[in-house]
Amino acid sequence: MQTSTSWRSFRMAAWLGWLIESNWTDPFLFAVYSIVKPLSGAAILVIMYGIITQGNYDSALFPYIYLGNAFYIYVGAVMTGVSWAVVDDREHYKTLKYMYIAPIYIPVYLLGRGVARFITGSIAVFITIAAGVLFLKVPLHFADINWILFIVTLILGVVMLALLGLLLAGITLTVARHEGFIGEATAGVLYIFSGAVFPLDVLPAWIRPIGYFMPTTYWLELLRRSLVGNVAQAFPTLANFTNMEILGILLGLSIFFGVISVQVFRYCDGIARERGLIDHTTNY
Amino acid sequence: MSNSLAIETQNLGRIYKLRGSKKETRKELVALQDVNLTVQRGELFGLLGPNGAGKTTLIKVLTTLLSPTSGWARVAGADVHAEPNLVRPRINMVSGGESSGYGLLTVKENLWMFSQFYGAPSKEANERIEALLEMVGMKDRMHTKSSDLSTGLRQKMNIVRGFLTDPEVLFLDEPTLGLDVGASRDVRKFIIEWLKADKERTLLLTTHYMVEADELCDRVAIINKGKVLACDTPSALKQRLQKDVTFEIETSPLNGLTPQMMEEQPEVKKAALTDIEGGARWKLSLVDESALARVFNLFAQKDVKVMNLNKRQPTLEDVFVDLVGRSMAEEESNERSQ
Ligand SMILES: Nc1ncnc2c1ncn2[C@@H]1O[C@H](COP(=O)(O)OP(=O)(O)OP(=O)(O)O)[C@@H](O)[C@H]1O
Ligand SMILES: [Mg+2]
Repeated sequence: MQTSTSWRSFRMAAWLGWLIESNWTDPFLFAVYSIVKPLSGAAILVIMYGIITQGNYDSALFPYIYLGNAFYIYVGAVMTGVSWAVVDDREHYKTLKYMYIAPIYIPVYLLGRGVARFITGSIAVFITIAAGVLFLKVPLHFADINWILFIVTLILGVVMLALLGLLLAGITLTVARHEGFIGEATAGVLYIFSGAVFPLDVLPAWIRPIGYFMPTTYWLELLRRSLVGNVAQAFPTLANFTNMEILGILLGLSIFFGVISVQVFRYCDGIARERGLIDHTTNY
Repeated sequence: MSNSLAIETQNLGRIYKLRGSKKETRKELVALQDVNLTVQRGELFGLLGPNGAGKTTLIKVLTTLLSPTSGWARVAGADVHAEPNLVRPRINMVSGGESSGYGLLTVKENLWMFSQFYGAPSKEANERIEALLEMVGMKDRMHTKSSDLSTGLRQKMNIVRGFLTDPEVLFLDEPTLGLDVGASRDVRKFIIEWLKADKERTLLLTTHYMVEADELCDRVAIINKGKVLACDTPSALKQRLQKDVTFEIETSPLNGLTPQMMEEQPEVKKAALTDIEGGARWKLSLVDESALARVFNLFAQKDVKVMNLNKRQPTLEDVFVDLVGRSMAEEESNERSQ
């Protein structure tokens, strides 16, 4: 009974999320959104890199930045994919209350709503990396890829991001205004502290611990290592750790944040029921 | 279920904390106060009250969307606050006057999705959807994107969503709000048929249309400012006022006849007068119908002709006025001006 409740919550939410996300009434806009946007983001980064390093694309820093930026697409996509469903259902479709009174698990439903963004995000990540390999000489050699590490890391990371999305969804539930910014803001902050486009060592020493505490830091590091091996180890931040150690840290932090997320969501859910926020619309 | 009560509340209260600007001290708004209600299985129960009375708040509490601040409520045998997961599979809810739904899905897709959230087998659900859409006269719009529906049709779709999952207890918050006369009639007819088909089905609806409550409901609770003022069958509520008999009589010009002269008659309790074109309209409260003879006598003495005579049945509106001291419309304009 419980598994079937979870499964139908997840399955139908994913179905719905996909129909909403892939609402290609305008295929051109969809292409812009899912292909041109990430590619132009990468292009800006590459040009800036070229200017700053005076065209030193052979440095290990280049794939570091390029891959970090590419995979970072998942952070925004999955986290906000989950948390945005609250805004969407509550404000736009006015269905959140009907979801709430249905015999489903709301957290599982919200996670399901994130699946579509994961899929479109994956397309964007793939295109960005493929462009990097084909046109920018990002040193990615198929034979050298540690596929097992890559897949395990990717799955673990996406689950971790989805759970962080749940945390944001909980907060979104209790905030009646400006809820749209929460996901973007969090993704922005994580971008700086997770070593996505520059190694943590660049940051002042007193700020670095924030980065060490973020699971995304280890996740991005492992993805780079699994794809381009020792290039990633050229940076001192995590060079002393083996892949397995980093995976262990990632797992530990993911569980830690996962538990926190579920607890925060429950707590916020309670607050939302107490204050009558589940069907609250701001009419903006 | 051994428990024959569909809904039961005990001293149910709900206070909203209002957060204004920072300087303002926090205010509290009592939306529900000491609500004690029991609704039997199989009943069509109405909540009748003006804007801001607390009807929606009560529905939100009963459908597990809002926690009570005092007292408790049980729906379909389970506590709405402590055991929402037991309540939810057994209920459904529709609020009128809003257009909810996923605009980019068709009517059928919207409904099918909700049926799946309730775990209904897909094929059965589709058959049910078609049958229900047929009943509300929307079958031809089944494959229309719901964003292309008029507001009224969207509301009908939403109402179908409520019935689709065949809940034990269904909550309809102003189901006919914003619907035209024909659509309202369809919905009311549909409600009655749905209840008739299974004696265990329970429906609670809110309305501020007196006639709707009177026509439809087995029992009505009149609610104002968060309090239940009376709760009974419509006819019992009206009977409370029926001690006197009220007549409305239109007459030709009065030739000096005054309400005072009328009230001097022993069996006339009250006489009120309004001028109308070419004469006057009397509103007379009589001890019983036989007093009408004296009234006619008096008219004859003054050579006043009776043009029209109406025995006035008390309405729920009269019950409301009797309980609150003001008409529902007055109560609402008062609420707005606050
Ligand atoms: N979320 C909220 N926060 C603060 N006050 C609220 C909230 N929801 C409702 N109220 C207040 O509680 C009171 C009862 O509102 P409610 O919506 O239950 O009335 P109602 O009987 O459904 O009215 P209507 O006929 O207009 O739908 C009103 O004074 C309303 O302003
Ligand atoms: Mg209401």
